[in-house]
Amino acid sequence: MKKHHITLSVNGDDYDALVEPQQTLLDTLRDTLMLTGTKEGCATGDCGACSVIVDGTLQCACLMLGVEANGAKVETIEGMAKGEKLHPLQKAILEHNGLQCGICTPGVLMAAKALLERNPDPTETETRFWLAGNLCRCTGYDKLIKSVLVAAKEMRGA
Amino acid sequence: MSELRYEAPESVSAAVALLAGAKGMARVLAGGTDVIVQMETELIEPELIVDIKKIPEVRGISAENGGFRVGAAATGMQICDHKEFARTWPGVIEGVKLIGSIQVKGRASMGGNLCNASPGADSVPPMFTAGAIARVVGPKGVREVPVEQIPTAPGKTSLAKDEIVTSFFFPARPKRSGDAYQRFTPRTEMDIAVTGVAINLSLDDKGVCTAARVAIGAVAPTALLVKDAGAALVGTKVDDAAIEKMVAAARAACKPIDDKRGTKEFRIEVTGVLAKRVAKAALERALANK
Repeated sequence: MKKHHITLSVNGDDYDALVEPQQTLLDTLRDTLMLTGTKEGCATGDCGACSVIVDGTLQCACLMLGVEANGAKVETIEGMAKGEKLHPLQKAILEHNGLQCGICTPGVLMAAKALLERNPDPTETETRFWLAGNLCRCTGYDKLIKSVLVAAKEMRGA
Repeated sequence: MSELRYEAPESVSAAVALLAGAKGMARVLAGGTDVIVQMETELIEPELIVDIKKIPEVRGISAENGGFRVGAAATGMQICDHKEFARTWPGVIEGVKLIGSIQVKGRASMGGNLCNASPGADSVPPMFTAGAIARVVGPKGVREVPVEQIPTAPGKTSLAKDEIVTSFFFPARPKRSGDAYQRFTPRTEMDIAVTGVAINLSLDDKGVCTAARVAIGAVAPTALLVKDAGAALVGTKVDDAAIEKMVAAARAACKPIDDKRGTKEFRIEVTGVLAKRVAKAALERALANK
């Protein structure tokens, strides 16, 4: 099968990769670039575990081909903490028990980051609707939502 | 899996030529939220994927002749964030907003929602009632096709294999017009319509309805524009008696299946309930839009 040569930026680092035409961005991140922080849940765009930000837009990495990411700027969970310093969302989710098994967590964090970049002061309802595409089978969502609202408050300096 | 070829042409004519030259199955890739899933689950094994997103005219949203031209691959988020379009066509936005999660809307388009031809596609009934015109480009040139003529059956369209929907035209809107779309699902979010109703209507200065279009989704092999239902509102003040007639026509047009999401009887009943609510929502918007 003919492979395509792509170049892309992931969390500010430039990468070259050879991808097969049917290979998704999710497989490209995990299996080609070995960035395994982005998780595969359903691989059909239903669960949100593979949420990443591509050129500023939140999307499921499983719903995009790797070859389509040629020239794109991709943000993944690996870029969230700055060295040892956790992002306020990561800190809040730890402190408020917003995770248990952890499979949904990278996707939830990326989705929540995209929300707060767009709306620094979301209501609880807005947060619940925004995160409706991120399935979590452990927390019952309450602690997750609370974590996001706590982080939002901290990031606003309120 | 057979050898798959991925192409991302930069012009519509190049895209059409690729599709025309395909030997096996070819698929147009817009947002990919259906096509990539169908490939992943091996429902389809295309030989050629033509990614149209490098073609500028399929991506933009712009003003045209008092209305709007919306690229067939403009994403759901792009459409919802376009303030002028959203203010003019709140019912279309209500449909687009229901296309999956925020993540899915970051990719999914109205062109894909229409051409995937799911009977339950949420943006399709409000596009029908808006009177949107699809621009279809093929080797023989350009056709301007009312959107309701595109889907023909579940997963099937009237497009030839080498034709592409490149954009939609949403016509200029008279004052005192309003549209709305609502659907029924057991869950609040992330679900597929059991039934959906869109209504678009215009009133004159005295509040008399001068034009009305009613469309239903998920209750027939394709979304349907129900002409009788629209006609029942024209010439009335969209009062309860007119709404009852419209509801009866909408129910009569339903040809639903029984499935895990609802029985025939339930779907027909709820279509009527929604039609009534949607008529009132569209009327309220038309009255507010002076």
